[in-house]
Amino acid sequence: MHRRTLLALALFTGLTAPSMALAADDTIKIGLLATFEGPFTVLGEDGERGAMTAVAETNGTVAGKKIEIVKGSSDASPDSAVRAARKLVEQDGVKVLVGPLSGDEGLAVKDYAKTKPDVTFINGTSAAQDTTLRNPAENFFRFSTDGAQWMAGLGTYAFNEKGYKKVATVAEDYSFPYTQVFGFMAEFCKAGGHVPSKSWVPIGNKDFSSVIAAIPEDVDAIYVALGGADAVNFLTQYQQAGGSAPLIGGSITVDQTVLTSKGKLRDVLKGTPSAGPTADTNDAPAWKAFVDAYKKQPGAFPSPSLFAHGYYVNMKATLLALDQVGGDVSDGGKKLREALSKLSFDTPTGKVSLDKNRNAVADIFLTEVTEGSDGNLLNKLVKVVPQVNQTLGIPEDEFMKLGAVNRDNPSCP
Amino acid sequence: MSLATAADGAAPQQNWLDRIGAGHVILAVALLLYPLVASDFFLTQIAGYSMIFGVLALSLMLLAGYGGMLSLAQITVAGIAAYAVAILGSNTSNVLGFGWPWWIVVPFAVAAAAVTSALIGWISVRTEGIYTLMITLAIATATFYFAQQNYAIFNGHSGYAGIHAPVFWGIDWRDPKPFYFLCLGLAMLSYAAVLYSSRSTFGMTLQAIRDNPRRMRALGYHVTAHKVFAWFLAGILAGLAGVLLVWFNGRVSPGTIGVDVAIDILIIAVIGGLRHPIGPFVGAIVVILMQTFAIDIVGAERFNTLIGLVFLAIVFVSPDGILGLWGRIKPHLAQGSLRAGP
Repeated sequence: MHRRTLLALALFTGLTAPSMALAADDTIKIGLLATFEGPFTVLGEDGERGAMTAVAETNGTVAGKKIEIVKGSSDASPDSAVRAARKLVEQDGVKVLVGPLSGDEGLAVKDYAKTKPDVTFINGTSAAQDTTLRNPAENFFRFSTDGAQWMAGLGTYAFNEKGYKKVATVAEDYSFPYTQVFGFMAEFCKAGGHVPSKSWVPIGNKDFSSVIAAIPEDVDAIYVALGGADAVNFLTQYQQAGGSAPLIGGSITVDQTVLTSKGKLRDVLKGTPSAGPTADTNDAPAWKAFVDAYKKQPGAFPSPSLFAHGYYVNMKATLLALDQVGGDVSDGGKKLREALSKLSFDTPTGKVSLDKNRNAVADIFLTEVTEGSDGNLLNKLVKVVPQVNQTLGIPEDEFMKLGAVNRDNPSCP
Repeated sequence: MSLATAADGAAPQQNWLDRIGAGHVILAVALLLYPLVASDFFLTQIAGYSMIFGVLALSLMLLAGYGGMLSLAQITVAGIAAYAVAILGSNTSNVLGFGWPWWIVVPFAVAAAAVTSALIGWISVRTEGIYTLMITLAIATATFYFAQQNYAIFNGHSGYAGIHAPVFWGIDWRDPKPFYFLCLGLAMLSYAAVLYSSRSTFGMTLQAIRDNPRRMRALGYHVTAHKVFAWFLAGILAGLAGVLLVWFNGRVSPGTIGVDVAIDILIIAVIGGLRHPIGPFVGAIVVILMQTFAIDIVGAERFNTLIGLVFLAIVFVSPDGILGLWGRIKPHLAQGSLRAGP
């Protein structure tokens, strides 16, 4: 009896621990959701550096209030992202949340956002198309562009300048790489190119031998859209298998998170064309200032990855809008969301504004991997594609007819 | 694995309070009153979620504690039920989704889970100890990768989204309070059922088989059938937990049934203790609280290390979990109260 009574009491008191959501008036809580565990940990940590760079720029205050960053961690699976978002919103009581990092997480958090109309969600770097294009949430904003936008100019460049006519694709099997492949093929197929084989591999795959064996012999190049450890594993194994076809990189494949890895991989990567929201050798003063600010963060890469950039831009937008409304979210964030929708500002990578679906219109950079003077691999700026919108310049009704991105759409074998 | 206590104070002429146990009554009252003091977050994300995982770990405790069969496939069984709810009910992923009403879907889902569990049991029942663990791990891993790469049934990496708990009697059962009571109801029912069945003829036979299968076979018992039936019962519990899990998340994807989750369930059961059905629930509360709040204690970079260290410390101090810890402190407390007398 005695034993069970005590046990019950212990359970009871443990479970009723008061929820400590008492934010003082002079602080404002911002949730920061990123992948601090799982295969995308390195990416998530760089995202955090980007967000903290934006916070540091305003000395940790906005509209006279102190910024308190509450972190949530996911492992790149949609379930964990929603769970972390719920904890930040329902337990820590954040009214503004920046994140998540990857595609499927974005889709899941958008669905969650619909159930919390009083909370304002600003994207991290998740770049699946349908987070904002189809069935969007009124309170989800994306100041970073989507994966198809990131590919602007690459398909045409690969066909015309590089002379690739047949390209095989290798990409991870979820919504973000679908969107990237869509963006690449939209231009490449239109220019007259063919994609005879598309391989989709699970996130966190270790053994790529069957994928490498399935790549047709006669392709001119391989389009690779893999992230973090997956990219390193594939490229290493492809090189060891004696593969020699030139590469075309997805935005996160030739990102700093991959370029900084050691080994022979470096030789394979040199000369790889790619496109994305950033370019390492961009010599615009705003970009250089951003790089310097970013490098003050602990553990920073030689140049900010696109995750640092994406989180920076979204956090910057959040802070600018919060400043406009005097840090006041007591009306359920209505004023804040109005300010965000109208916001147009200059980022380190040019002007950013939102379309009617609250998705960014921004400049995209066509790049090529080169070795910098200090031996680090860098993305050299080839060309800037100005102000790319979510429908890639195609009229919206025509664009919608192309259908939702998935493994089989688009297709031009 | 130490023997689960079956006959707990079986004196004749008990009144109802003695038979149920005052501790149980206090615990039940406390849990019923809990919604009055807890926030919505603590109701669903902590208490509800703990009870779902508690029931899952309870299904493992039933197998391991009474049957001596350690399984890593409980989350797979729950996943079968969760996917069945998504496929037979309605979802917003535009794949399958037959739109059947919940009162048909739930029995189907639980039955599918129980049959799957019995099948897994039938395959692994001829092995013992670490080999059972390996076979069930193989099944869990294979199912995870199959779900991740199969698009016709499991819809690949993204899985199913937009699954809603039913609305009936004018109540949306995914609202915090109703959902809490739903979880509480299931947890209490499963707890009572396991406690009861452990004292039943079947339960006693199962424990005897755990301790000496050869003698039981010699006595004329069908050892395999008993073990497979234990898997079937565990499958019902895991299936019910799976249904609640998919209603709780509103979605199911291969990440839900990943190997890391399978290991979490084992950790919950081991941390809590395998001697008594309350163990898995205690373990679930500890693990869920740690996983939710560790990031606030040590920051985003090292919080998984802290979780690991706490688990290590618990198992190091007490090899049979928190229940074992309690079992060792209790005599001291009893001594203390004796000494304190005038």
